[in-house]
Amino acid sequence: MAEKNLIDLSYYPGCSLKTTSQENNASLIYLFEHLGYNLIELEDWNCCGSSSAHSVDTGLAFDLAGRNLSLAPLDRPLLVACPSCLLRLRSAYLHLEEDQGARRHYEKMWDKPFDTKLQIMHFFEFLDQIDLLSYSRDRIRRLEGLKFVPYYGCMLARPPIMRHEKNYFGLMEKILTNLGASTGKWSFSSRCCGTFLTVARPEVVEPMVNEIIQGAIDARADCIVTACAMCHMNLEVRCSLKEKVPILHFSEIISLALGIGKSEYKGWFSRHLVDPKPLLKALDLF
Amino acid sequence: MNPKPNTISAEIVNLSQTDTGFAGEVIRRSGVEINKCWHCQTCAGGCPFVRAMDYAPNRVIRMVQLGLRKEALESSGIWICVGCNTCSIQCPNCIDIPAVNDALRQMAIAEGVVIAEPNILNFHQAVLQSIQRHGRTHKLEVMMRYKLKKHDWFGDMAVGMKMFAKRKLEILPSKSKNIAEIKRLFDQKSTA
Repeated sequence: MAEKNLIDLSYYPGCSLKTTSQENNASLIYLFEHLGYNLIELEDWNCCGSSSAHSVDTGLAFDLAGRNLSLAPLDRPLLVACPSCLLRLRSAYLHLEEDQGARRHYEKMWDKPFDTKLQIMHFFEFLDQIDLLSYSRDRIRRLEGLKFVPYYGCMLARPPIMRHEKNYFGLMEKILTNLGASTGKWSFSSRCCGTFLTVARPEVVEPMVNEIIQGAIDARADCIVTACAMCHMNLEVRCSLKEKVPILHFSEIISLALGIGKSEYKGWFSRHLVDPKPLLKALDLF
Repeated sequence: MNPKPNTISAEIVNLSQTDTGFAGEVIRRSGVEINKCWHCQTCAGGCPFVRAMDYAPNRVIRMVQLGLRKEALESSGIWICVGCNTCSIQCPNCIDIPAVNDALRQMAIAEGVVIAEPNILNFHQAVLQSIQRHGRTHKLEVMMRYKLKKHDWFGDMAVGMKMFAKRKLEILPSKSKNIAEIKRLFDQKSTA
């Protein structure tokens, strides 16, 4: 893939991808480079505020998200990987669009005008616009034989302020079946994973996660594919069922499907609590 | 914990003792018009966490409408809500219930009432302290602070060790450079 002219995108990884889910981050950057995009990490970004800031201080939550918006260069879209970060950044942006007082506060705080043209995009939005199979040199449908269930978590449910935003329900099924995989029926694709209750109320989250994983087992899925790093972690750490189901990040499975993960996958899968390597090896994906 | 189906409705609520200004305060703080609620209970039916709440989401809204200030602010439901928005996307009237819960939590903290889920507040504060120090959340530090305050070092240890073994709990934080600017955001605030 040498000498390709890559298109620059600003990239907001967020705290999960930067630390606990580095395999999600690495596979995403790797995949996008293959697709022709150079992800430039937003200079000096801070936490979006996560679930905690808005829980106890709405103003602080707005300022934490606002600082990130103020750091985004004017000339390129801001790509966000984490659905939760996307929600915080988009909500702040829409609030700035609507509310003159919020805009005055922002402009005074960051000493620059609010960029009304800033595009904040989830990486799904890019993947929806391209024929992924054409990025596989040999156009082989490598995922043949793999049965998965897609897990969007709560990324599809949004507050009323975002109800007119685009959504990509079905995207994982469309892309992965086009790359050869098959999917099964299950009822948990948009069930919440429990998020931070995994720390403060693990006994609430464990049965919920078990129900989700059992649903995947009942659908005879070989694996669950997730859109969100936090969901990925909760599904891995809170499942107490005997039967384990590998959980793959969307960015990982696409990379393997395009035949481009060979040199990289070890570093990704060594960080999974449920080892997906036996499954992927059986399918000859590396 | 199970929802309390009867505790309030079985008793006769003495509305002469309620706080008639409460609903207005919540509407102003949250920016959400709670009087659009039909009490169809779609939110309660869809909420994945309702079994862990004392009062289902629409019941909290009803308590606010009736001015049952103490009951609403001291309910566990407002803390158990993680803001997954399953309720608001299903609500026929597009009511932003998580935003109402944000407002109620913040009022509960400001008024110093009994916090029904102190561990959840403790967790949020640990996260905010981490952001204040590094600009980003440092999960190992969040867990240490959380456990220190909870006086519980050994609960959930197996999960922590598994994450540690898979290098999912970094020893060193990822940091923003301009910490002074981050601190400035916190200095104007009081709750962190």
